[in-house]
Amino acid sequence: MASAIAVATVPPSGAKHSVLLLRRANDRLAAALRARYLVVNFYASGASLPAFLAASAAAEPEPPRAALVVGDGTIRVNAAFLDAAPYLRCVVTTAAGLDHIDVAECARRGVLVAGAGQTFSTDVADHAVGLLIDVLRRVSAADRYVRRGMWPVQGDYPLGSKLSGKRVGIIGLGSIGSSIAKRLKAFGCVIQYHSRRPKDTVSFRYFPDVLSLAAESDVLIVACALNNQTQHIVNKDVLEALGKDGVVVNIARGGNIDEAALISALKGGEIAGAGLDVFEKEPDVPAEFFSMDNVVLTAHEAVFTTESGSDLCDLMIGNLEAFFDGKPLVSPVLPN
Amino acid sequence: MESLGVLLLHPMNAYLEQELDRRFRLIRLWDAPPGADARAAFLRANAAAIRAVVGNAGYNADAALIDALPALEIVASFSVGIDRVDLAKCRDRGIRVTNTPDVLTDDVADLAVGLAIAALRKIPQADRYVRAGLWKAKGDYTLTTRFSGKRVAILGLGRIGLAVAKRAEAFDCSISYHSRSQKPFPNYRFFTNVVDLAANCDVLIVACLLNAETHHIVSREVIHALGPEGVLINIGRGAHVDEPELVSALLEKRLGAAGLDVFEHEPFPPEQLLGLDNVVLVPHVGSDTEETCKAMADLVLQNLEAHALNKPLLTPVI
Repeated sequence: MASAIAVATVPPSGAKHSVLLLRRANDRLAAALRARYLVVNFYASGASLPAFLAASAAAEPEPPRAALVVGDGTIRVNAAFLDAAPYLRCVVTTAAGLDHIDVAECARRGVLVAGAGQTFSTDVADHAVGLLIDVLRRVSAADRYVRRGMWPVQGDYPLGSKLSGKRVGIIGLGSIGSSIAKRLKAFGCVIQYHSRRPKDTVSFRYFPDVLSLAAESDVLIVACALNNQTQHIVNKDVLEALGKDGVVVNIARGGNIDEAALISALKGGEIAGAGLDVFEKEPDVPAEFFSMDNVVLTAHEAVFTTESGSDLCDLMIGNLEAFFDGKPLVSPVLPN
Repeated sequence: MESLGVLLLHPMNAYLEQELDRRFRLIRLWDAPPGADARAAFLRANAAAIRAVVGNAGYNADAALIDALPALEIVASFSVGIDRVDLAKCRDRGIRVTNTPDVLTDDVADLAVGLAIAALRKIPQADRYVRAGLWKAKGDYTLTTRFSGKRVAILGLGRIGLAVAKRAEAFDCSISYHSRSQKPFPNYRFFTNVVDLAANCDVLIVACLLNAETHHIVSREVIHALGPEGVLINIGRGAHVDEPELVSALLEKRLGAAGLDVFEHEPFPPEQLLGLDNVVLVPHVGSDTEETCKAMADLVLQNLEAHALNKPLLTPVI
């Protein structure tokens, strides 16, 4: 069948394995991939995803057994995808979250999944702490105040709230949640958490549900995956339990918080502030936030440092090499 | 006991002012009519009553004020830094001076690290980007650089410097420092020379006290050593840094970024900084939380009460 897709030419030195590229690649990643594999590039093909996947079955010398998949949710590795690409035996994704991959379905079909592992935990944790300090100490708001020339005119900026000693409730104590906990402990915060099951390796106080966690916390940090159970895990009741001096930080997924309820709680003074890196309909950030001085807004960028970019590149290549060598993946994702 | 006459130099804190008014005889310097002559007349009229002065980082008992107050016995500063108190004159006159150490250590250290993350990860800049609708219009914000693991250098390893070090360590940062003498922390690398310190770090945090030796301690040479990838965080005093040099280094990108809580001429930060994208600017808020300001105010009040009752001062400097 005539193929409209771009197929890399076979180098004279011998056959390389083919890899489906379903994400944008920066120069470093592109070079690293080209050096090792035949890259079958979706974004260069101009085809629709189903057409591309169907055509790739005819790729020479072999259909790609591994795919690098973007993590922003624009491509969903679900049953339909796997039906369209039965030749795939390994999916390597690069997002911190896995809500775009049906991990259980992949496992059922014997398709290996490699994730981002711990690559992003450091930068996301740093960003979470940065957002929290910003909200409590009003860094961004005060920066605006100074830049507008208000300091000589209106005098001292209104007082913020002390971070040290705050009770911080972390929702989800995985790699990211643990990294956040380690950092905030050094600031003298009291760390407590909710996750599906208590972790016996930590001494932090465990709460079996988010509502009771919120009732006894000054800060809630959302650091859990997004799935059916955690959709809107922070809702109107949780915000009410958190209370008027409470602060929410979200570096997980917009869908973890009922955004309308959050806006309402902020408008009504029912919570004190929020630091948000993620939103329900990115990049559409509700305009209601723009007039609030007690929120800090960033553009889903908690992972975007040059360091994590290069760490990720190394990890993706490492996973592909392990797969093609028949070795265990470097950062496998297993079904729950 | 006659109520202690206290001159409050500036409306620095509502709770402090209210309690001074309740517990002592409060005189507000800003009640004086405007102008130097009117102010001098106001001080003369109240001089006999004023036995105490409460100042802060920006407004304190300088030589002129001390000379105008012959009955002055104690200066209780609503700050830990007392570089604006004429200590020599106080010593000569036998005037006691108190400050507010320890209660603000955590807040200042928290802000120092918060500014470092803000500067490296460009959080206020990203917030501006989102509020301007640019995420939708132009796409993702720019890549930034990781804070964790950076080499953090601290100028001054006192209470605040140590608290900064402890926090930075939780981010796997390596710690180096300069202070008047080496401290018993073998994990922290000591530098006798500030230029070498700056040359061997990624983030330089100013946390020492201001005196003649530390004036402009962050000089042109130090800024040059810090370099185009380097970050300067100042939670000390504006006068610790050669500000014109800092401004031109930031404008010309010879210095990577800065997070500044203090400036040489507060409340007037250099105008050229106000439009820059590689700097985070906050208006001297290092200890500005409800919790800490209350604790600082209580310490000022307790020191004044101790003085009034001839009891030992809680946090005397002299």
